[in-house]
Amino acid sequence: MKYTLPTLVGATALAIGMIAGPAMAMDAGIIVYNAQHESLAKEWVKGFTKETGIKVTLRNGGDSDFSNQIVAEGASSPADVFLTENSPAMTLVEAAGLFAPVDADTLAQVPGELQPSSGKWVGVAARSTVFAYNKTKLTADQLPKSMLDLADPSWKGRWAASPSGADFQAIVSALLELKGEAATADWLKAMKANFTAYKGNSTVMKAVNAGEIDGGVIYHYYYFGDQAKTGENSKNVELHYFKNQDPGAFVSISGGGVLASSKHQKEAQAFLKWVTGKGGQEVLKSGTSFEYAVGKDAQSNPKLVPLNDLQAPKVDPATLNSRKVTDLMTAAGLL
Amino acid sequence: MSWILVAAIIVSLLSLVPLAFIVWIAVQTGWGTVSALVFRPRVGELLINTVLLVALTVPIAIMLSIALAWLTERSDLPGARLWAWLAVAPLAIPAFVHSYAWITLVPGLHGLWAGVLVSVLAYFPFLYLPIAASLRRLDPALEDAAAALGLGPWRVFARVVLPQLRLAICGGALLVGLHLLAEYGLYVFIRFDTFTTAIVDQFQSTFNGPAANMLAGVLVTCCFVLLALEVLVRGEERYARVGSGAARRRQRSRLGRATLPCLALPAITTLLAIGVPFVTIGRWLVAGGADVWRFDEIGLALGQTLFLALAGALLATIAAMPMAWISIRAPGPLQRLLEGCNYIVGSLPGVVIALALVTITVRIAMPLYQTLFTILVAYALMFLPRALISLRASIAQAPVELERAAASLGRPPLKALWSTTIRLSAPGAAAGMALVALGIMNELTATQMLAPNGTRTLAMAFWSYSGEIDYASAAPYAFIMVAMSLPLTWLLYIQSKRMAGR
Repeated sequence: MKYTLPTLVGATALAIGMIAGPAMAMDAGIIVYNAQHESLAKEWVKGFTKETGIKVTLRNGGDSDFSNQIVAEGASSPADVFLTENSPAMTLVEAAGLFAPVDADTLAQVPGELQPSSGKWVGVAARSTVFAYNKTKLTADQLPKSMLDLADPSWKGRWAASPSGADFQAIVSALLELKGEAATADWLKAMKANFTAYKGNSTVMKAVNAGEIDGGVIYHYYYFGDQAKTGENSKNVELHYFKNQDPGAFVSISGGGVLASSKHQKEAQAFLKWVTGKGGQEVLKSGTSFEYAVGKDAQSNPKLVPLNDLQAPKVDPATLNSRKVTDLMTAAGLL
Repeated sequence: MSWILVAAIIVSLLSLVPLAFIVWIAVQTGWGTVSALVFRPRVGELLINTVLLVALTVPIAIMLSIALAWLTERSDLPGARLWAWLAVAPLAIPAFVHSYAWITLVPGLHGLWAGVLVSVLAYFPFLYLPIAASLRRLDPALEDAAAALGLGPWRVFARVVLPQLRLAICGGALLVGLHLLAEYGLYVFIRFDTFTTAIVDQFQSTFNGPAANMLAGVLVTCCFVLLALEVLVRGEERYARVGSGAARRRQRSRLGRATLPCLALPAITTLLAIGVPFVTIGRWLVAGGADVWRFDEIGLALGQTLFLALAGALLATIAAMPMAWISIRAPGPLQRLLEGCNYIVGSLPGVVIALALVTITVRIAMPLYQTLFTILVAYALMFLPRALISLRASIAQAPVELERAAASLGRPPLKALWSTTIRLSAPGAAAGMALVALGIMNELTATQMLAPNGTRTLAMAFWSYSGEIDYASAAPYAFIMVAMSLPLTWLLYIQSKRMAGR
């Protein structure tokens, strides 16, 4: 047995290489930091790659960690495209000057109110805030008229949310924009006393369905997604839309942007164009995501309450401040 | 051999990086901000949660493990060998899979007591293993002497047996405590906030903001408190046997009419710790049918997981080699200091190490950012003690004379070492690698934060599906993780038997 150190090291390296070759050393194509639901992004990538032959690698995470991560990475970010579920994360990256302008034909595919005035990023989908409640525990007249009512002591221990998620933080950012810092801080303080924390909107809805809690502030599509599957986590759930320009009627715009540091500008822009174009928007209508389509001529899934009927408050996505929100929520003891 | 010392010093310095990082961030952030972030009610809540969790879980796990160990090692319980193996088997199930199983069985389960229940079931084998091994090796002569002096069986146990188990209990309790501090997935499922879950929340909200780093600082302090407590409680008594010849084997106590009630304990434990996960995974696999076996996806995740586990285990073992050699061949104050560094980093939660490496690579070592290298370094740091302990034991068994003979026959130092000690320590190295690989396979938080683009391990895929409450799609991943961990756990069981000389 005449093994020498070099041969053993060599053999090990070879063995690792053989396993690793197929597993790790894939041609990455363009890298998308994806904070959208993995299943939706996968559908988009599948359609895009099929049509253009351009490979896409997804790195999955959340809005807030990615936006802060891109800012920390700065000009050397490995990401080519950034997709989010909500606007505040896009604003953060935009403020750091890290986005390249979006191609004009891409911007032209989406109505003006569903993109920021700067043209640095573009809306790719939208979602509405709802109060999901257990219909065996609450009747229509017991529902809160406004999201702000949930701060009332009568709601103590009766509602839930997922405060660590970017979704809820986007709703708070809208509240901050509409009602100002002092009112938001007070509401968050009352929320801390009243609400029950869950991790993830699906988990909130599951708890509402099981009757662990009366209701929860989440986005609309979790309900429709579950109904389209087995409905086992939503059969006792009903959605309440606040409407009336209430902060709780906030419609959050999911964004997409191309990073200025990307070495694949052309491919990255093509991806964004595809997502906001016919193919990408059709995925929203016919797929299982149940998010609103935002393209000019695109239709959303017919099961949804039409976007125009939601009476959402007017909020310029460019003004949503995610850092202020996490600071306020940290101060309120929610994070 | 100074180059070995240099290598050991480099590894030890590297292992201090996460600690130095937290201090550095704290200094940079400034005292005002630090105190605002540390001394706030939320941190108090987390501290209470974490302390209660440890204070309740550890004693319950100790009592359960002592009872099980006594039944399987010292009584004539029917099927004792089977029960002994079943008491180790829960280790093969990642803690977050335990929690997933419970939450799908009892959906409303949450809070402190749920945390205690699942933690005890997931971690008690860490206590059972050393306690059973110690019980097996005790010299019955001491107990006979105590009995001859008039103590009844219970008092013999309390005054003679229990004190001799002290080291095993302390070591196991420390291990359980450190796992409780570091675990993330388990507590997310049952909605119980600890420092680790709060750090991940902050990371998800702000990436590497000061709030996350300061929480990490408090968590590290908790780890140190546990380490110090263990040293205090451990004491310095002598536990080695005095006397010539070999110790007699102890007669197993007759349970007699108590057999049936005594059988209930291991049976219930097995039902809760193994039955529940297996039944739930099985149920979801049946519910999901063939659709959930997306073989392309699963195959890729399996390949990547195996690769990361093997490469990380190899790196950890190589990194542990110099330190292990020094601690056997050249012990001294410097060696103890260096070895201490290696153990401390191993006791830090993965999330803290990952947070440090993310921030350091992003700020000052960008080319290493999101690379395979960085994540392997993180794994090596996290699991260094596992490799070190196994290696040290088998290097101790390799005679130093062989090294010297090889050197006097003209081999250069590295070759002399290679052809003697390193080869002889191969069994220990293999056992250590298996333990490290097991750890990496079930690692979640550090992997998510550090993995290169496009990486998706079994644990990540499991987590992503169960996060969207698609429990059926998560089931195949849980099943594969358990199936791959079982042989390694079996190895651990065999090794512990061998160490006890049987």
